[in-house]
Amino acid sequence: MNEITLDDLRRVMAACAGADDSVDLDGDIIDVRFEDLGYDSLAVMETVAILEREHKVKIPDERIVDLPTPRAMLDEIRRSLTTAS
Amino acid sequence: MTTVVTGLGVLAPNGLGVESYWKATLDGRSGIGPLGGFDTSRYAARLAGQVRDFEARDHIPGRLLPQTDVSTRFALAAADWALTDAGVDTGALPDYDMGVVTANALGGFAFTHREFHKLWSQGPEYVSVYESFAWFYAVNTGQISIRNGMRGPSSAVVTEQAGGLDALGHARRTIRQGTPLMVTGGVDSALDPWGWASHLSSGRVSLVDSAERAYRPFAADATGYVPGEGGAIVVLEEESAARRRGAPTVYGSIVGYAATFDPPPGSPRPPGLRRAAETALVDAGISASDVDVVFADAAGVPELDRAEAEAVRGIFGPRRVPVAAPKALVGRLFAGGGALDVVTALLAMRDGVIPAVPGDVDVPDDYGLDLVHGEPRQARLSHALVLARGKGGFNSAIVVRGTTADN
Repeated sequence: MNEITLDDLRRVMAACAGADDSVDLDGDIIDVRFEDLGYDSLAVMETVAILEREHKVKIPDERIVDLPTPRAMLDEIRRSLTTAS
Repeated sequence: MTTVVTGLGVLAPNGLGVESYWKATLDGRSGIGPLGGFDTSRYAARLAGQVRDFEARDHIPGRLLPQTDVSTRFALAAADWALTDAGVDTGALPDYDMGVVTANALGGFAFTHREFHKLWSQGPEYVSVYESFAWFYAVNTGQISIRNGMRGPSSAVVTEQAGGLDALGHARRTIRQGTPLMVTGGVDSALDPWGWASHLSSGRVSLVDSAERAYRPFAADATGYVPGEGGAIVVLEEESAARRRGAPTVYGSIVGYAATFDPPPGSPRPPGLRRAAETALVDAGISASDVDVVFADAAGVPELDRAEAEAVRGIFGPRRVPVAAPKALVGRLFAGGGALDVVTALLAMRDGVIPAVPGDVDVPDDYGLDLVHGEPRQARLSHALVLARGKGGFNSAIVVRGTTADN
């Protein structure tokens, strides 16, 4: 799997960190900060961990704190995918 | 300074919610049955007090499901129910005026079992980050605190089956030190295969296969206990603070509490249960003759039943006080046990009725116990003494005063 989309991220976010009526992950979330989506640092870590497994990439832990939004996270994964291939 | 109980939340094997549990308990309806969820055919014991019909997603925000063990889901739901019952608008009270003290004896067994299975079969990168706290004894306190915005003094106590009472005792202490409202109590659950194996290691679980015969506290032919899950969470408040905010119901007050440790095995000194009970009576400022009912620890293990009977007989005299053992209907709930017994005591005082152990119980004469069995017993109840013992030498006692005591 060498591509990743916002929908992939949405699915993983819902699966690993839960979802409820308080947040609409289907909305325009690409530049919304994770904390404003109700995802704390552990939820972001869990999301990254699953994406790492699914896409066979490794994001260093210290980089995770620098990924405040879905866009930043997708960019980071795509960068790793490019480096890996 | 009086600590009153203003909200109740119950999650028991024989009923979800306070009134459903209380009706089942008065009707003698048991929650003990074959343990479901996995194949128990090769286990020595196969009966449990299992909470049924609890659909987590109906009670817990979806956001919290991936990070919570079943026991924490129980705790969050029971806390919600207690706060609703108490009519508390958490948003309207200062964060630091509300604290949480819960007891837990078992941790998050089912969650951890699942994550450890991933660790062994797939590798560490497959283990959920939430394992870091989902297993932990303090997690129920933390999750209730976060969910309800309660930043007051909070803690967790781990004293096996004595924990439910110790949590309430510590919450009362916290109120006396100036925090007006505390959410407190205990729940436990460990009915996954790993948790079950751990239960069996106690050597005290009944191996009898009949749901009616397996857990018969104080019976001459008692064979051990049946493990259960669930418990109770309650809202405690400083009396004047409860009145100021217009709390809709005052169920009663926690007027006495004490905890003791047993001497080490082999010591000639007696076990500490009697001393805990007597110290709680002193703390309450009442004498034994003021106590109208005792809710027993009710271990279901003959030598432990005998020791408890000796303590009760020593304090009150032979057959001088009715003894209730409603946990015969739900099993031993660990941290949930004492908390649920306090709720049951409050309901018993409210309605003037002592719940019964169903059926006929052949209590040895030399126990000197007036065990309420067969049918519930009508009685005017002003004070209840609730006892609990935790494996490892923990003894705790709480004295609860009903509202009828004031009339």
